[in-house]
Amino acid sequence: MSAPIEIRQLDKRFGATQALDGLDLTVDEGEVHGFLGPNGAGKSTTIRVLLGLLRKDRGEVLLLDGDPWRDAAALHRRLAYVPGDVTLWPNLTGGEVIDLLGRLRGGVDTRRRDELVERFELDPTKRARGYSKGNRQKVALVAALASDVELLLLDEPTSGLDPLMEAVFQDCIDEFKERGRTVLLSSHILAEVERLCDRVSIIRAGRTVERGTLAELRHLTRTSVAAELAGPAADLASLDGVHDLVAEGHRVRFEVDTAALDEAVGVLHRAGVRTLTATPPTLEELFLRHYGDELPQAVEPTST
Amino acid sequence: MTGTGVLVRAFLRRERWPLLWWALGGTLLYWSQAISVKELYSTQAEFDRAATMMESNPALIAMAGPARALNTVGGQVTWQSAAFGAIVVGLMSMFIVGRHTRAEEESGRDELLRAGVVGRRAPMTAALLVAAIANTLVGGLVAVSLISVPLAVADSVALGVGLTLCGLVFTGVALVAAQLTAGTRTMYGLTGLVIAASYALRAVGDVGNEALSWLSPIGWYQQMYAFSGLRWWPALLLASAAFVTVLVAYAVFERRDIGAGVFASRPGPARAHPALRSSWSLAWRLQRGAVIGWSLGLLAAGLAYGSIGNDAGDLMGDSDAAREVMVAAGGDLVDGFFAMAMTILALLASGFAISSALRPRGEEDAGHAEVVLATATSRTRWLLSQVCVTVVGSAVVVGAGGLGLGGAYALVTGDASEIGTFIWQSLTWLPAVLVLAGLTRLLYGLAPRLATLGWLGLAYAVVVLVFAEILRFPERLRSLSPFERLASVPVESFDVGAFAAVLGAATLLSAGGWFAFTRRDVG
Repeated sequence: MSAPIEIRQLDKRFGATQALDGLDLTVDEGEVHGFLGPNGAGKSTTIRVLLGLLRKDRGEVLLLDGDPWRDAAALHRRLAYVPGDVTLWPNLTGGEVIDLLGRLRGGVDTRRRDELVERFELDPTKRARGYSKGNRQKVALVAALASDVELLLLDEPTSGLDPLMEAVFQDCIDEFKERGRTVLLSSHILAEVERLCDRVSIIRAGRTVERGTLAELRHLTRTSVAAELAGPAADLASLDGVHDLVAEGHRVRFEVDTAALDEAVGVLHRAGVRTLTATPPTLEELFLRHYGDELPQAVEPTST
Repeated sequence: MTGTGVLVRAFLRRERWPLLWWALGGTLLYWSQAISVKELYSTQAEFDRAATMMESNPALIAMAGPARALNTVGGQVTWQSAAFGAIVVGLMSMFIVGRHTRAEEESGRDELLRAGVVGRRAPMTAALLVAAIANTLVGGLVAVSLISVPLAVADSVALGVGLTLCGLVFTGVALVAAQLTAGTRTMYGLTGLVIAASYALRAVGDVGNEALSWLSPIGWYQQMYAFSGLRWWPALLLASAAFVTVLVAYAVFERRDIGAGVFASRPGPARAHPALRSSWSLAWRLQRGAVIGWSLGLLAAGLAYGSIGNDAGDLMGDSDAAREVMVAAGGDLVDGFFAMAMTILALLASGFAISSALRPRGEEDAGHAEVVLATATSRTRWLLSQVCVTVVGSAVVVGAGGLGLGGAYALVTGDASEIGTFIWQSLTWLPAVLVLAGLTRLLYGLAPRLATLGWLGLAYAVVVLVFAEILRFPERLRSLSPFERLASVPVESFDVGAFAAVLGAATLLSAGGWFAFTRRDVG
C-alpha cells in the first residue's frame, strides 16, 4: 500500500483563475500532516479534489489507493471530513446530524459518540439553526471523530472553538494518531500545528513551496542572535548569511542563516562573548516568510 | 431608521435584474393582451360572439375572473390579466421581502449589516420601500403601456394602481410572514398560501357565491371594474389592507429578537430517529414539509373547483351558442370544466415539482451537499434520492388535487364513488408536471445557477394554457408545452401512448441532468 494521500503535479482551474498549479502533496500513513498556506492558496480546493467534489484538470491524485473521483463513495467509507465552515440543516438537531452523517458513512459507534458529545460539551438537542459557529464546528467534529475511519481530512476544523475545546480537539487527534491513523490538517493556528503535526506542507498560489518536519523547516531559516562583546566584531558585516546587523558599541543584534550560524558564532567568540542569546525562529516567522509577498532569497523552495 | 437610504440603494442594486424581468413580465401580460385582442377579431360581431362564449364558460370565469364587457378590448385585458397580474406582483413582492429580510437574518448576513450604523427598523423598512418601488414600477408601466395602445386613460390607470396596491397587500403579508417564521422556506410557504387562497377564493366567488370574492385582495382588484363601469372605492380596501398588514408586521417585529421568529424553537431529539439513516430518508425529511403543505393547498384548490363543477351546466344555462360549440367539440360541459380544473391543478402542482427539483441546488449552495457527498453517499445516489422525493411528492400533490375535486363533487352530488376516478384522471396529468421538474433537473445538472430558469417552463405552460386559444398560437408553439401533448382528460379519453411519451421525455430530461451532474464540480 502506498501513502494514504499522494498528489503529484495537480492542476485545477476555475475559469480564469488557476487555483492549483502543479501541487504536490504526500501524506504518509500514521502521520498528522499540517497543510498550510495563506488564504486563497488552494488548500480547500485540494481537499475538495481529494473528496471527489471537484474534478482535477491534470496530475495524479491517489487517495487510499483509489481514485477520489471515480471511487468517491467507496473511499468515503474509510475517511471523514470536517469543513472549515460547517453549515447544517437548520431544522435538524445537532444529535440528528451526527447520527445521520455517521450512518451515511456506514455506522455510528454510539458509545463513542456519546463520549465525544460529553467531551465537547455539546447540547445535541438544539436545532442547528440556533448553534453558534463553534457549536456547528463541534457537531462536525464529533460526527467525524465518532466514525471508525483510517483518514481524517480536516479543513480548519477548530475555527470558532474556544481554547478549552481546542485542547479537547488536540487530545482527540492524539488518540486518533495513537491508533496508527492518518490526518491531513489544514490550519492557521500555528500552536495547533506545532503541537500536532509531524510534517507540514506549505503551499502558495496553488503550488507547494515547502515541506518537511518542523525541525527541518526551522533549519532552513534564520536564528536571531543578540550578544554583548568584549571587543568589536567587524567581520560580522562581511559574513555571508548575516542579515539586519545592528551594532551599538559592543552590543550586536543580527539574524543569521542556519548554514552560517557556526561561522558567525566563531566571529563572536573571537571578539569575546560577554552575554549571548540565540533565539530559534518562531513558527510565525517561518510562515510569514512563506506567506509574505516577497520570497526570501536565502532559501530556495525545496520542492523536488 | 438610520441607514434606510443606503440600504434601499444597496437592495435595489441587488434586485436590478430580477426587478427588470418582473416588471417586463408583468407589463407584457397586460400589453400583449391589449394589442393581440385588438388584432384578433375582424368584426365587432365576431368579437361579440366570442365574448358570449367566454362569458358563459364557468371554467374560464373561475380561472380568470368576473366576466364583464368581454366584447371590448379593455374588458378582455382586465379579465385575462388582472388575476394573473396580481399573482405576479404577489410573488415578486414575496421574493423581494423574503430575500432582504428573513433570508438575510437566517444566513446571518443581516447581523453584519446591523452592526453598522443602521437603525433597528432600517432593513425591514428598506425592504418595504424596495417592494413599494417595484410595485409602483410595474403598475406604472402597465398603465402607460395600456394608454399607449390606446385604451381609456382612467381605466388604464385604475388597472395599474390596483395592481400596485395588490402587490403592496402581498408585500405586507410577506412582511408579516417574515416576522412569524424563523425559516425563509416557511415564510415563502406561508405567503404563497395566502396568494393561492386569494386566487382560489375569488375563483369560487366569481362562479358561485359572490361574497367569497370580497374576502380576496385579488377580488377587490377585479371589483374595481376597470373598462366596465370603473369604480375606485375597492382600491381603498386594498390600500387599507396593505397599511394594516404592514402595521402588524412592524408591531410583531418590535416584539421579537433579531434572528428568531415569534415562536421560540424548542429542543429536539438528541438522537436521530432510526429511520433517518440514508440519503433517501434525508431527502424525504427535508421535503416532507413541502409535500404536506402543497398537498393541503392542492386539496383545498381541488375542493374549490370541485364544489362548482357540477353547476357548470347551469351556469352556461341559456347560452345555446356556447352549448353548441362545446358539444360540437365533443365534450360535455361538466367534463370540460373538470379538464380545465385538472390542468390548472396540475400547473399548480408543477410549482411543487419545480421547487422540489431545485432543492438539490439549495443543498449545494448551502454547503450541505458537500457534507453528505463526503460520506459514503455517491452523487448518483444523492441525486436519485432527491428525484424520488420529487416524483413521489408530485404524484401525491397532484393526487391531492384530484381528491379535492372528487371530494367536493361527492359532497355536492352525494356520489362518492367517483372519488377514485377523479384521482386517477388527475394523475394522467402527472407526466407533464414531471417534464417541468425534469427540465429543472437538467438545468441544475448543467450548472446550478441555471436551475431557476426551470420556472420559465412553467410560465410558458401557463401562457399556452391561458392565451394560446385566444391568441391563436401556432400549433408548433403550443405543442412545446407538455400539457398540450396529453389527452385532455376527462373531455378526451386517456391516451396511453401520449402518457408514455411525455413520461419518457421527463425521464430523458432528468437522466440528462443526472449525467451532467456526475461530471461537474460540486460546490
